[in-house]
Amino acid sequence: MTRMTGAQALIKALEMENVDTIFGLPGGAILPAYDPLLESSIRHVLVRHEQGAGHMAEGYAHVTGRAGVAMVTSGPAATNMVTPLMDAYMDSVPMVCITGQVASHGIGMDAFQECDTVGITRSCTKHNELVLDADDIPMIIRQAFHIATTGRPGPTLVDLPKDILQNEMSWYWPSDDEVKASLPGYRPNIKGHPRMIKEAAKLIMQAERPILYVGGGMLKARAAEVLRELVDLTGIHVVTTLMARGVLPDSHPLNLGMPGMHGNATATTAMQKSDLLINLGARFDDRITGTVDTFAPEAKIIHVDIDPAEQGKVRKPDVPIVGDCRLVTEEIVRAIRELQQGGAEQPDLGPWKSRISGWHEQFPTTYEQSAPGAALKPQFCLEQLRDAAPEGTILCSGVGQHQMWSSLHWQFEEPYTWVNSGGLGTMGFSIPAAIGAKMGRPDKTVWAVDGDGCFQMTAQELVTATVERIPIKVALLNNSYLGMVRQWQEMFYDERYSEVYLSTEYPDYVKWAEAMGCVGIRVESPEEVAPAIEKANSINDRTVVIEFRTDANEKVFPMVPAGKSNDELLVHPTQQSIRDRLA
Amino acid sequence: MTAINPIGSSLNHHILSVLVQNRPGVLARVASLFARRGYNIFSLAVAPAEDEGMSRITVVVDVDSAPLEQIVKQLFKLIDVIKISELDPRRSVERELLLATVRANAEQRSNIVELATIFEAKILAVGVDALTISLEGHPDKLDDFEELLGDSGIVELQRTGRVALPKLDRGAHVRADTPNSPRGNMKGKVR
Repeated sequence: MTRMTGAQALIKALEMENVDTIFGLPGGAILPAYDPLLESSIRHVLVRHEQGAGHMAEGYAHVTGRAGVAMVTSGPAATNMVTPLMDAYMDSVPMVCITGQVASHGIGMDAFQECDTVGITRSCTKHNELVLDADDIPMIIRQAFHIATTGRPGPTLVDLPKDILQNEMSWYWPSDDEVKASLPGYRPNIKGHPRMIKEAAKLIMQAERPILYVGGGMLKARAAEVLRELVDLTGIHVVTTLMARGVLPDSHPLNLGMPGMHGNATATTAMQKSDLLINLGARFDDRITGTVDTFAPEAKIIHVDIDPAEQGKVRKPDVPIVGDCRLVTEEIVRAIRELQQGGAEQPDLGPWKSRISGWHEQFPTTYEQSAPGAALKPQFCLEQLRDAAPEGTILCSGVGQHQMWSSLHWQFEEPYTWVNSGGLGTMGFSIPAAIGAKMGRPDKTVWAVDGDGCFQMTAQELVTATVERIPIKVALLNNSYLGMVRQWQEMFYDERYSEVYLSTEYPDYVKWAEAMGCVGIRVESPEEVAPAIEKANSINDRTVVIEFRTDANEKVFPMVPAGKSNDELLVHPTQQSIRDRLA
Repeated sequence: MTAINPIGSSLNHHILSVLVQNRPGVLARVASLFARRGYNIFSLAVAPAEDEGMSRITVVVDVDSAPLEQIVKQLFKLIDVIKISELDPRRSVERELLLATVRANAEQRSNIVELATIFEAKILAVGVDALTISLEGHPDKLDDFEELLGDSGIVELQRTGRVALPKLDRGAHVRADTPNSPRGNMKGKVR
């Protein structure tokens, strides 16, 4: 048996798990683990703030489907990881976080840089573990990856006291069976119930106004292909939630795009008027449903989710199916084919489809072009960016107005080309996530759309991008405001603007970008937009930041005000006169 | 949060018997789930179970059926949780232990001793003006005893969490399908 230190075992275990990249930042307690890293094949990306490491790991996981790995030290480093862990937990992102801990005899002694990491992260991880014996390291690392990537994916954390990393251990590598046997309480249900699947197929074959309500679970299950098959087989319209953008090409004629609080009017209304919602891997989030008791009142519900706790959490399903979204959808397709072979036919969806296309024609997602000399429209910048983007471009976004505009105005054609913070709504997510995405898919162009509020939260990671040579592109939509908050204050607080103005003059984003080793470009008028984007797309050896000076008055429409029903959706002011046709 | 009522009186009481791997932090994981959803744990008992490496947590919680279903599902997502059963009070045996120190001067003493005898309680200690009594039994019986003692003046009172097991069906055989004990080397105290 090979003897080695706990730290060597940790790095070896990560190599055995096929980890190619670690995002991290060393410190006192994790020091022993950084020494064997020098001999390892694993690439380490040195971040400027631990939160950045966490979001990078998430970005990496979003685009590769594999667990992103972050490694940081104890105390403040661990608390800085809380935000990315919670973000990953809310959005079911597979991620393994390694934290250093003070030596085991110091635990509970208020030692320097000590914190109760497993206690603090208990409610923001799928599972976490404090290692108390160096011999347990390989098994606990294997468990961490197994738990993070199977069932409903999520973040796991392994907390390693310094002396455990220094102690000698006997290397062993547990088999798959041993890992499973060591987790008797963890048995994700993969296969859907056959009777429920038949029941679902029957409902689908009977529905007159069906909608496929597709969520991030379909991307996690890598189910884009079978979704396409189901859509083409049944001719049912699809709405793709914020977390599912790209699962079906936006160019597909049956794709209605994003529903919900800032969803497009057709997608939201189609759900609302539907008689059957086929929920595949979504969770009836409050941003989708509006007030729950008025949400899609006539719809029966089929709910496919690998997490049993999602069944009935918000809306009681008529047909609950617990299982992997891909396997279950495949089974549903098979069951529908059987019914069809037995002579069953769907009702004529014609009337429903013409209603939908009527909404679609009359209520496109729209905005007004800026007057000559006035500030840029953010939507215009995004559309220009979209039209000039190389095929397969990955788009990352922060949180706020720019995120909603990205989802509404981008054209997603491939799965895993959209990375954003949905559930937690973490401002500052975009730049580190884009760096992680670029590490995961170095072959692709990665654009990070950001607002000025978000940019100032995590911009320091652009230094990481420069020094580590991970060239990304940043489109900064600078309206000098915390735009989404400003929008709410304008609409719901009588234009009483409280603490939302950042600054028109400071910081100087071009200088800041240049100081971080990036190319900085400022764009103030519409004719400068396309050339700046073209220039950014042509630079592939450095990170480029384009600052678009945009109109602070611009608001995201449509909008369902908080606490209101989706029936009370506010359309764009230019569509207000025909609002009653949205019925 | 619900006020503390006598246990056993509420219609919304549910008894959950949760079998967990006996590992550091497992009780905190279970308890914080209840806290996060805003539900009060009414009573709690934890101790090693029949299998090595396992513990049984008996939780009494005051909650409607719908949120209870959500709690049970969330609990089951915890990696250390092996099995959860809701025990129907009509088909379970339930026990608690009560310790009470009651004021008892010479005048009151015989009354209290009489009460203790009726309830088959034990006198554990006798002071100049107080008695310490222990009583084991069904929570309802303990409630009654507590109420009657109240007249004399309770100085201090401590009840254990409820423990419960399903009632045996007459003639039924005990099945031998207990789970294996994994990770024998990682036993830890429940904390």
